[in-house]
Amino acid sequence: MIWLSWRQFRVQAIVGAAIAGVLAIVLVPTGAHLASRYAAAGLTTCHATCGSLAANFVNSVKFSGDGIIFYAGIALLYLAPAFIGMFWGAPLVSREIESGTLRLAWNQSVTRGRWIVVKLAVVGLAAAALTGALSLLVTWWASPVDTALNLGSGGNSLFSFNRMDPLVFAARGVVPLGSAAFALALGVAIGVLVRRTLPAMAITLVLFAAVQVLVPSVVRPHLLPPATATAPINIGTAGIDIQSDGSGPGVITVMGSISVPGAWILSEHAVRPDGQPFSATAPRACLGSNFQPCNTWLASLHLRERAIYQPASQFWPLQWLELGIYLILAAGLGWLSVWQVRRRRA
Amino acid sequence: MTAVIDARGLGKQYGRRWALTDCTLTIPPGHVVGLVGPNGAGKTTLISLATGMLTPTTGTIEVLGGRPADGPDQLAKVGYVAQDTPTYAGLSVEDHLRFGAHLNPGWDDQLARNRIRRLELDPKQKAGKLSGGQRAQLALTLAIAKRPELLILDEPIASLDPLARREFLQILMEAAAEHELSVVMSSHLVADLERVADYLIVLVGSRVQIAGEVDALLATHHVLTGPSREASSLPASQHVLTQSHTDRQSTFLVRGSEQLQDPLWSVGGLSLEDLVLAYMGSAKQSTTVLEGIR
Repeated sequence: MIWLSWRQFRVQAIVGAAIAGVLAIVLVPTGAHLASRYAAAGLTTCHATCGSLAANFVNSVKFSGDGIIFYAGIALLYLAPAFIGMFWGAPLVSREIESGTLRLAWNQSVTRGRWIVVKLAVVGLAAAALTGALSLLVTWWASPVDTALNLGSGGNSLFSFNRMDPLVFAARGVVPLGSAAFALALGVAIGVLVRRTLPAMAITLVLFAAVQVLVPSVVRPHLLPPATATAPINIGTAGIDIQSDGSGPGVITVMGSISVPGAWILSEHAVRPDGQPFSATAPRACLGSNFQPCNTWLASLHLRERAIYQPASQFWPLQWLELGIYLILAAGLGWLSVWQVRRRRA
Repeated sequence: MTAVIDARGLGKQYGRRWALTDCTLTIPPGHVVGLVGPNGAGKTTLISLATGMLTPTTGTIEVLGGRPADGPDQLAKVGYVAQDTPTYAGLSVEDHLRFGAHLNPGWDDQLARNRIRRLELDPKQKAGKLSGGQRAQLALTLAIAKRPELLILDEPIASLDPLARREFLQILMEAAAEHELSVVMSSHLVADLERVADYLIVLVGSRVQIAGEVDALLATHHVLTGPSREASSLPASQHVLTQSHTDRQSTFLVRGSEQLQDPLWSVGGLSLEDLVLAYMGSAKQSTTVLEGIR
């Protein structure tokens, strides 16, 4: 049965290995070069000036060819699981249903339960190995950038794609392995239920994309209790906004800034000294053309900027938790496929 | 000996439609069984139930004393050539032999390779590039080389040209004789089965119309020709299947345990094809189910 699973999967496996090989050829030399740039920027030996050195290094990477590879690496680790689900998972059973070969396969001296379990295991291991290798490569390649971002170059400035960022997080470490296992199991289950290859591939892609959006937006923020940090707001540099619907005096809001290096900021707003979120109807002082009275009034409030965030130190705990969630989902879907194959008609 | 197929009140429903209804059937071992009926009569459903590809809605079916597809031992006992003789288009003939060897503990590699050689199939050829007849032969080889006790074939020759049909049936019969296989083979054409089957099941409108050994069936069915008269005037021992009348003459196709001894009637035999057609015709006229002859 292992022979058959491998024989039928050979071409797809070779394609996957070839893609991984090409990527290694691109990533290994450029990654070594990037690591040497990191050392050349003085980041391995810095003490007090790390923050600004890191900022310079990240900016120099961002606007070089390595910047493209940085983002391509992220895209790759989103696409790889999706492709595994579509091209390895969805056709696994549905193609056999369509071509009628299921009736050939299911009438050898091997029960269909064993048939599907071995197939799932062989392709599942290959999926884990491939995405594991890709993630290892990309994580290693990007580690100088990720480390520099954690040293405090980003804060909440425009390019703050540190590895806790929702976009980057799922393209580092062990999460891609879990999402690949999940995508594969999803593809197989959809194929078993839909029984047609092309619709199964399309549905797999849509569902997997939906999960990739839902996990960072709905699930991940609640996996671990977040941390809170506050910092005084400098009214002179803070953003001040007065919004009015035209009928009465407008509502005034203040946007300060806070730097938590390497963290994933979940929410951020101005608070009064007692911790209550600040919002007030704009007093007359703030409605004139001269801002000075308004600033004086705001400064007297002693507002602070408060950030609720997942700190950089939560990276690995979150990674393992999310891997666990994906693996549990994959196991559930795998069980569904086995159960359906054992009871369904051919 | 255990019955090859033993069905009791077997039925299969798809949505509202019954593909097979109240099928009670015992096929003794050692026969080449022809399962005949028009398209959509339920042949594939019955075969799928016997191979465990379907589960019954009502009733039970046992194959060689076991539940179909219930474990590797049961699977090993039954060889199955599915409709349109599926093979893996992307795998070579050689790969198919390896497939059989890896998935069947009882695989007879010598037998498989000898057959491929005799069929003059190129082991390196992809199955997708084989002709319909060659593909059917490859599927048959896979089913035979696992050394089953029972070989089930679903319309194996429907898509083959006449020459390939003849070759396929010949090889099938040789294998059946050589390995003492029981064979159940479906077809919508009586002519395909007439030369090979010694046991016949007629399936029309999702019901078994008649089942029995071909010799017994032919011995109990007759054509009666005589002066024009009503069917009711015939003795009760003669069950009328079809009748046709002209002004002067009536012709009845009857089933009767005893032959009619009446000088008024001329009694003739009939071919298997006539017999099957009579059951197909009478099934259309009435929905009464005739009990099988055992």
